Amino acid sequence: MKADIRVALVGNPNTGKSTLFNILTGLNQKIGNFPGVTVDKKTGFCQLPDGRTAEIIDLPGTYSIYPKSKDESIVFSVLADKAKSLVPDLIVVILDASNLKRNLLLYTQIADLKIPVVIALNMIDVSEKAGIKIDVDLFSKKLGVPVVPISARKIMGIDQLKSTIAYANKIALQQDTIDVEVIAPQIIAQIKDDLKIDNPYFALQLAHQHETVSYLSTEESDRIENLEREFSFHSQKAQATETIARYNFINDLLYDTVKKPETAHDETVSNKIDKILTHKIFGFVIFFAILLFIFQAIFSWSAYPMSLIEDLFIWLQSIVSKTLPAGPLVSLLSDGVLAGLSGVMVFIPQIAILFALISILEDTGYMSRVTFMMDKVMRKVGLNGKSVVPLIGGFACAVPSIMSTRNIENWKDRMITIMVTPLVACSARLPVYTLLIALVVPNRNVWWIFNLQGLALTAMYLLSIVSAVLVAFVMKFILKARERGYFIMELPVYRMPRWKNVGFTMYDRSKTFVLQAGKVIIAVSIILWVLKSYAPGDTFARIDQKYSQSQYTKTMTPDSLNKVIASEKLETSYAGVFGHVIEPVIKPLGFDWKIGIALISSFAAREVFVGTMATIYSVEGDADKMESVQQKMHSATKPDTGQPVFTLAVAFSLMMFYAFAMQCASTVAVVYRETKNWRWPAAQFAYMTALAYTASFIVYHLLK
Amino acid sequence: MTLSQLEVGEKGIVKEFTDLEMSVKLMEMGCLPGEEIRISRIAPLGDPIAIHVSGYQLSLRKFEASTIILQ
Repeated sequence: MKADIRVALVGNPNTGKSTLFNILTGLNQKIGNFPGVTVDKKTGFCQLPDGRTAEIIDLPGTYSIYPKSKDESIVFSVLADKAKSLVPDLIVVILDASNLKRNLLLYTQIADLKIPVVIALNMIDVSEKAGIKIDVDLFSKKLGVPVVPISARKIMGIDQLKSTIAYANKIALQQDTIDVEVIAPQIIAQIKDDLKIDNPYFALQLAHQHETVSYLSTEESDRIENLEREFSFHSQKAQATETIARYNFINDLLYDTVKKPETAHDETVSNKIDKILTHKIFGFVIFFAILLFIFQAIFSWSAYPMSLIEDLFIWLQSIVSKTLPAGPLVSLLSDGVLAGLSGVMVFIPQIAILFALISILEDTGYMSRVTFMMDKVMRKVGLNGKSVVPLIGGFACAVPSIMSTRNIENWKDRMITIMVTPLVACSARLPVYTLLIALVVPNRNVWWIFNLQGLALTAMYLLSIVSAVLVAFVMKFILKARERGYFIMELPVYRMPRWKNVGFTMYDRSKTFVLQAGKVIIAVSIILWVLKSYAPGDTFARIDQKYSQSQYTKTMTPDSLNKVIASEKLETSYAGVFGHVIEPVIKPLGFDWKIGIALISSFAAREVFVGTMATIYSVEGDADKMESVQQKMHSATKPDTGQPVFTLAVAFSLMMFYAFAMQCASTVAVVYRETKNWRWPAAQFAYMTALAYTASFIVYHLLK
Repeated sequence: MTLSQLEVGEKGIVKEFTDLEMSVKLMEMGCLPGEEIRISRIAPLGDPIAIHVSGYQLSLRKFEASTIILQ
């Protein structure tokens, strides 16, 4: 779609910017990245009343155009970057009408850049209810810009906003807010002169931000650096002077235009809720109850749609194999592509549910309270209050949890959270654990109520949390902080969740996951399919020939014959060859080549282990039936000694491997997507595999 | 006297800051000289704290609060 006008939405966090964006653009939105950076670029199109189309860009929420995080540095780059034609024709600054003072700081900064501005005075219903009286006309007159009172939640004033956008001026008409030039007269004059800039505030911003603004040439940046030294320009002092001047302007403005009661009604209600939700004891009890609920919901609510999706793919596979003539292409389609796709799609319910719940927690304002309560504990181990939610979400699936770490502003805290989240025992490990525990741990009660198998499973879950915390603690000392660790955070008033937003988040994140992680997992499953389906030379043909002899066809049922052939083909396939190749490496962990194949194939996804075991031990009947896999594994013996393969030591060694190793293509893909650098998933893969190997080795030799 | 020394419910007026870098961030969030601050609550584990300033609630760590000098 081609847009006639480009409009950027700018505002503080918690002002309803995203809600407005969703209303203006509907489902017609796209998430990409700003050129050269990892920050999400949300754009969409909006039909204006005069028939033109506006491209709406949702910029990250920020309190000021002086960036504190990578997300925030985008705002100035986009507004100032004339070279890359990202600069908007019009900026809609969204102000929270019930919190004008702090919100106006960003407006005054934007206004002084002299880009045409429209103010959307959001939550006007809330502020009116709280008894705040704003003289909108005077407000607009004093600033010299159109001011539209709206309520994005109640969808009020949106049409008026659209027509204001349509008929907005092409030239900036806003009043100056402060006298910018007195802050640093010489350097501003010099930069204006050198770089041919006519806007003094823009020149001042370049003095502050020339290091992070990408379109300046090295010479230009060096030139500004020299000017800073020449005029002894101190960025932070200048910022302080500027901020005080801006607040003086804002106080004057508000004194004339806004009448406010002593305490806002909303705030007192919020305070009462906070007394309970951040209470010394109840606070934590409620928090853990909510976590338990999320945990439960992800498991129980997702079970039904997940099995539906699985069934759908099994049905699709059967259609493909029934209707199309058998051959390698059909096999690739059904066992490679469709199997891979089902591996991706099956996570959608968990992703959708987790994100719905997380966005409800965020929308209501509860998430910032969790951060508030947990910050001290989490800080000790190198994490952040906001890391709690991804870690808990990791019990379901690391993929959506890693995507949810974007709420963590601090770079180091976020990276550590991403690095340790896959250690938390996700739902894909569950089938592996239950299978192996059932194999070697007796189903017996100890101390009356505790079941030995249940205890073993609980231990695996506890181990995962303990290891995540320990690794985080180690990484705290390895990773170098890029920015000073702040914890200056708004605690927004409690509000009802915006259900439409919740829906958008669910849809958005699921779509992103399917598109991004999907590509990788399909590629991996195709590779695995090739490895399992082909063998060097004519090995497969010879196996077929061998089993077509009458001594086999007469003594065995066709079904079991097929199983034997499949198992022998697997052994000689490239995957089998790989299994034999890596056997010396995994022997110290107590694994043989068959387990080796399972390890390799389940590097794409852990749950593949059970299926691979089923194929390798040529299970009778249904391959997905747990009992039969278990029985076969139980009776599996080593060919040389006749001893059982799956001893207590081997089973626990395997579980350790699955607990620590990063066997999940989706996670690798999503870590890459979130960090935009292969170094992170590579480092994660390396440390987790090393940890897995060490843990397996130790456990095997202790239990042997 | 610094902000970190106030008890819950007590009020103070910002005078100045001891840390320039922190002061820029704090001022942007509305903690300006001359502004009244009230301690709303302290986190269950004693840190961070929540303050009422400029018509909204802000949380910050005790260390950050100790850089704000009150009148």
